[in-house]
Amino acid sequence: MEIRNNVWSTLKKRYSIYMILMALFIICSLANPNFLSIGNMTNISRQLAVTTILAFGETILIICGMLDLSAGSVLALSGVFAVFTYKATGSLLTAVIVGILTGVICNLINALMISTFKAPPFIATLAMMTVARGIALLFTKGQNILGLGDFVVLGQGSVGPIPIPIIFLVVIAALTWYVLRHTRFGRSIYAVGGNEEASVASGINVRKVKYTAFIINGIFVGLAGVLFMSRVNAGLPNGAVGYEFTALTAAIIGGTSFSGGIGTAGGTLAGAFIVGFLDNIMNLTNVDSYIQQIIRGAIIALAVIYDIRSKTRRTKSLVARADGNDSGKKEEAVKARA
Amino acid sequence: MKNAPKLELRGVEKSFPGVKALSNVNFSVKKGTVHVLCGENGAGKSTLMKIINGIHQPDAGHILIDGEEVKIHNPIEARKCGISMIFQELNYIPEITIEQNMFLGSEPLTRLGSVDWREIRRRTLELMKSESLQYSPDTRLKDLTVSDIQMLEILKAISYDSDIIIMDEPTSAITNREVEVLFKKIGELKSKGVSIIYISHKMEEIFRIADDITVMRDGSVVDTLPADELDIDTVISMMVGRKITNVYPKEKLEIGNHVLEVQDLTCGNTFRNVSFNLRAGEIIGFAGLMGAGRTEVARAIFGLDPYTSGKIKIKGKEVKVRAVNDSIKNGLVMLSEDRKRYGIVPIRSIRENVSLPNLKQFIKKGRLHTKKEKNIVKSICERMRVKAPTLDTTVDALSGGNQQKVVLAKWMLRDPDILILDEPTRGIDVGAKYEIYKLMTELAHEKKAVIMISSELPELLGMCDRIYVMSKGAITGEIKRECFSQELVMKYATGTLTSNEVK
Repeated sequence: MEIRNNVWSTLKKRYSIYMILMALFIICSLANPNFLSIGNMTNISRQLAVTTILAFGETILIICGMLDLSAGSVLALSGVFAVFTYKATGSLLTAVIVGILTGVICNLINALMISTFKAPPFIATLAMMTVARGIALLFTKGQNILGLGDFVVLGQGSVGPIPIPIIFLVVIAALTWYVLRHTRFGRSIYAVGGNEEASVASGINVRKVKYTAFIINGIFVGLAGVLFMSRVNAGLPNGAVGYEFTALTAAIIGGTSFSGGIGTAGGTLAGAFIVGFLDNIMNLTNVDSYIQQIIRGAIIALAVIYDIRSKTRRTKSLVARADGNDSGKKEEAVKARA
Repeated sequence: MKNAPKLELRGVEKSFPGVKALSNVNFSVKKGTVHVLCGENGAGKSTLMKIINGIHQPDAGHILIDGEEVKIHNPIEARKCGISMIFQELNYIPEITIEQNMFLGSEPLTRLGSVDWREIRRRTLELMKSESLQYSPDTRLKDLTVSDIQMLEILKAISYDSDIIIMDEPTSAITNREVEVLFKKIGELKSKGVSIIYISHKMEEIFRIADDITVMRDGSVVDTLPADELDIDTVISMMVGRKITNVYPKEKLEIGNHVLEVQDLTCGNTFRNVSFNLRAGEIIGFAGLMGAGRTEVARAIFGLDPYTSGKIKIKGKEVKVRAVNDSIKNGLVMLSEDRKRYGIVPIRSIRENVSLPNLKQFIKKGRLHTKKEKNIVKSICERMRVKAPTLDTTVDALSGGNQQKVVLAKWMLRDPDILILDEPTRGIDVGAKYEIYKLMTELAHEKKAVIMISSELPELLGMCDRIYVMSKGAITGEIKRECFSQELVMKYATGTLTSNEVK
């Protein structure tokens, strides 16, 4: 009985996000006939591609107990460098490589600050956010780079009916899923985020894990930068401001836990699409853009409260089962003191 | 007068989703007595205490204080009823000072409604003076040892002027000397008419202080009897529901070659010139008071902390241990005393925890073979007798004993030659303890070598072939099994002891 309960609650927990996504999809389709149109769907996907790629990077970092506030700025810097390289060399491949390298270098510095110098991730990446934006503006003297020519193919082109950014998105999603589920590194980041000290004591090279997490994030951010600039057909040093928060929102709504150790690629993907569908339907139904912001914020709050509540519920039933032992005691003791 | 029940519980029932935690519990504590509550983990002791302390509400039944029925909805109401509780797991805020901690949640206020710090300081000093604790009230808790903090918690409970004090394993983290202080304190409280409910796994101490003993099993009270009508064996068999005949399954085995030689290992002021050796098939013990440096030596050998000089030879080969990987690769593993901090990743599954240091085994061309992993983890968990619904159960859902078995399983999977077990039986119940002793014997059979660090002398004396005793960061004695005696160990452990050995 107890076991069956357990399985059911695990299932519910594991798949509730997808059910919410499905429900939202159905509601949106019914609410507005334009929602389901191919044009609208491609549009949503194109818009979502960039922030969702960032969200996968954030997911990996959050699971590992960190985060990246610099994603938006580094995205702009990578994009600007990539655009500049393309204009100078005319080689799309070189431009992409430069973009990705920029992302990786910035994130290596993040990792250096966090892992080697033990700076809190929030502050270290906040610093990087400011610096990277500064460099992007300095490099372009604050001017947008225009006239990108064929560079736009990455952001605006399609292979058959499928927009190229979607292909990148799918590849990155699959990659993240594979890394998290099927590699040693994936296991290690869950462990490091779940309990760093126990991971050290299990022989995990925590520094390496953190550096690797940031390198992967760097690749994603750099690539997102290229896709972004290509889609807007300009090198915008002031672009993508606040994208890290959109990405974080997707990760949180997708069930990634900010206390670390919990999160999945599928969840983040679903989270990103929940946000995307909501934004889209609100636009289609002409909801005032200020009200849209309020709704978006409220959803983040709800998602976090849901996450915390489901966790406390779990802890409570655990206290019961593992009575005499300790799971919920910390919490209880705090209550007792209050 | 003395026989009037101070606190009485009648027919208390409590269920949690999926489990019946307490069924028809009757429990009463007389005024001015120590009532010991024992039972295995999961027997329902803590649930019962949480009901008394107002954290949980009973589904049925009555609570009576001085013969009058009360309803306790939360710990604050419990405190008003004169009940206070000292928790087993120390929960403290590291950055807070002693005096802040002492009055946390019950700060005296000035007339303007701000916190009266002067009054706090005065009362803290008074309390500390009466207990002859020599810390400054503005010392931060993080600068104190676990045992100091434990003593402060006890002090705090006393300071509420409670007449019922619940102590949940108060001695699990304090030194023998402090245990004496605590017992003296308990004596004083008793003579003032305070009733004490005392939960403990340590049989020796139970019989020293108990007036009455209640044994619980599977959510019900087995029996309540005056302590002088019981003995250790009876209590244990009441707890487990069967008789454990051989408490220490020690066997005399043939000892093999040296597998670990440590020479002059030194680390600053923490420990100096530590030399010892360990042979295949041997179980050696490290005894000493808390803070003697035993854990620190073990951590250095395992690679968790650095050492400044000295040599470590594993199986005849000198190994420079700089990180945990260096020792693991050479077949040396360690089970930490702080299971929650260094042993487990609580929010992840049993499977992931067990395979964490063993992932290489399951990797084929960079891909994790989950099927192979599942099978191997399953078989090792069966061998370790981990009790859990599935391997995907998160480790924080398990009892202390099962968590410990998970940590053991993860190391056993590496097939190590040397195991350092730091307080392997702390906070786990009698049945699980016995299983761990048995495992140690099995390991010795397989020609593996075991180092056991323990603060419980009886288990060291029961399980080890040799015991090294440490005091203030140095080895002060080595005792062979033939010469084992508690007195000898304590002599070495306290050898040159001054009044303040805990640094």
